[in-house]
Amino acid sequence: MQIVCKNLTFAYGKRGVTAVKNLSLTIDEGEFFGIIGETGSGKSTFIQHLNGLVKPTTCDELTVGEFNLLDKKCDYKKLRSKIGMVFQYPEYQLFAETVFEDVAFGLKNFASLTKEETEKMVKEAIEVVGLDYEKIKNKSPFDLSGGQKRRVAIAGVLVTKPEVLILDEPASGLDPEGKEQLLSLLHSLHKSFVKTIIMVSHDMNTVVEHCTKVALFNKGEIYCSGRPSEVFFKLEGLEEIGLEQPLTGYLKKELELKGVNIESDLTVDDFVYNLVKKLKQGS
Amino acid sequence: MKDVSFGQYYNTTSFVHKMDARVKILLSIAYIVAVFLVKEFHFYGFLAAFLFIVLTTIFSKVPFFSVLRSVKGILFFVIFSAVLQIFFNTAGEVVFSWKFITITDKGLLKAGFIVCRIMMIVMGTALLTLTTTPVELADGIESLLSPLKLIKFPVHEFALIMSIALRFIPTLMEETDRIIKAQKARGADFESGNLIKRAKAMIPILIPLLVSSFRRADELADAMDARCYSGSKGRTKYKKQRITYRDIIGFLVLAGLIVGIVFLNGV
Repeated sequence: MQIVCKNLTFAYGKRGVTAVKNLSLTIDEGEFFGIIGETGSGKSTFIQHLNGLVKPTTCDELTVGEFNLLDKKCDYKKLRSKIGMVFQYPEYQLFAETVFEDVAFGLKNFASLTKEETEKMVKEAIEVVGLDYEKIKNKSPFDLSGGQKRRVAIAGVLVTKPEVLILDEPASGLDPEGKEQLLSLLHSLHKSFVKTIIMVSHDMNTVVEHCTKVALFNKGEIYCSGRPSEVFFKLEGLEEIGLEQPLTGYLKKELELKGVNIESDLTVDDFVYNLVKKLKQGS
Repeated sequence: MKDVSFGQYYNTTSFVHKMDARVKILLSIAYIVAVFLVKEFHFYGFLAAFLFIVLTTIFSKVPFFSVLRSVKGILFFVIFSAVLQIFFNTAGEVVFSWKFITITDKGLLKAGFIVCRIMMIVMGTALLTLTTTPVELADGIESLLSPLKLIKFPVHEFALIMSIALRFIPTLMEETDRIIKAQKARGADFESGNLIKRAKAMIPILIPLLVSSFRRADELADAMDARCYSGSKGRTKYKKQRITYRDIIGFLVLAGLIVGIVFLNGV
């Protein structure tokens, strides 16, 4: 599903703050798309447009695959089953008595399945996020650890097998290990039924390592977009819009000042590889 | 959901804003009494009370529109009581009659006065909340209720509960908004179905909200503990409440209003 958005503007109330200004963006199928920007730059508001939770104030075109979100007859329920949305701190939306019921919630809303089918899909979803189905299915979601809660919440979104997965700061509040696990989960999902991933993040290092494309938001507008290496390479004054270069970006700059020029896409692996290559050439 | 604001404080500095919250609360109550003191059909008494609210609004620098808007919330109540008077008051001369409906001049007049009365009372209290921050208001109430300490009523705790509740309303609103969106993204449907189905649909919102309220309460208690909160004993105030010349002027003007109304009633 390709996502096309043209000249989207969103303002709170009639005379309220404009959260998103004249934003145009196309996200192709298969992309691992990163959206970065400081707090209040309109990232979260923008992604909520993509499954119709927020309606644009004015917009020329907003389509997700075959769904036209500007059409009044748009079938939001069907759309939302195709587009999974994981909010920030998704564990705060858990409510059911057992993990099984909570994960099955979305499934029951979207389609009427037999008991066996439901069980099969819930089991799959729980196993996809790396939890033990038999052990966990009858536990109360409130008895789990923080990391497990988040996994269960994500399973609750994945259970309908969405083609597009949108995540708002999925790694916030997790320790480095949990973060790594989550990102590798996203990668394995990207290789299976999830075709497109859109991830809002603060962390440049994560974005550079994992995203195929990235858009920088600043005050409700797109400041810059493209492949991560292009965006970060070229950009001076990232700090002025409240962002930082990835660590490799700073290293590259420091080395350039010393007269060493390294061609790299700024992922750690590639950077180290090229650095070592350069060192070998030099010696 | 975002537009809902509780505590409609209008931020500016003015004569009325600078008045002591305790005095303002007392004067608001006195004003309500004054409005009720006006005898029915005494036009000048109403005019005096109305002029008072207009002048106070001007001195408070709050746009008149904001004060009027406060009536919107009880508009139904106002219309209801007016209609009741118009259709069911049979005293006075009949001005309109059709089948079982009779409208009298007295009924119309009385409806008019009731509308004026309610509007003035609401505007008076709205002016209080428009010119006083929730914190000042809570402090003021605490101070006014302090005589109740004599009968072991936990006045300080009561005021604290009140200000915490006020403080957390916007936070909980935001949280509710987020949870609604999250469940909607999972296909929850709050708009269709019968009453029972809709009530059931609220569960996925209410439970997370309840859980997070307890979590917040717990965290807040810990934070207060960490800063050595130990109740009202020996606690001092950052903002001391003080009676100034403004409060005396306010008091004198309102006293004048009440005397005037009583005098006009006698005429």
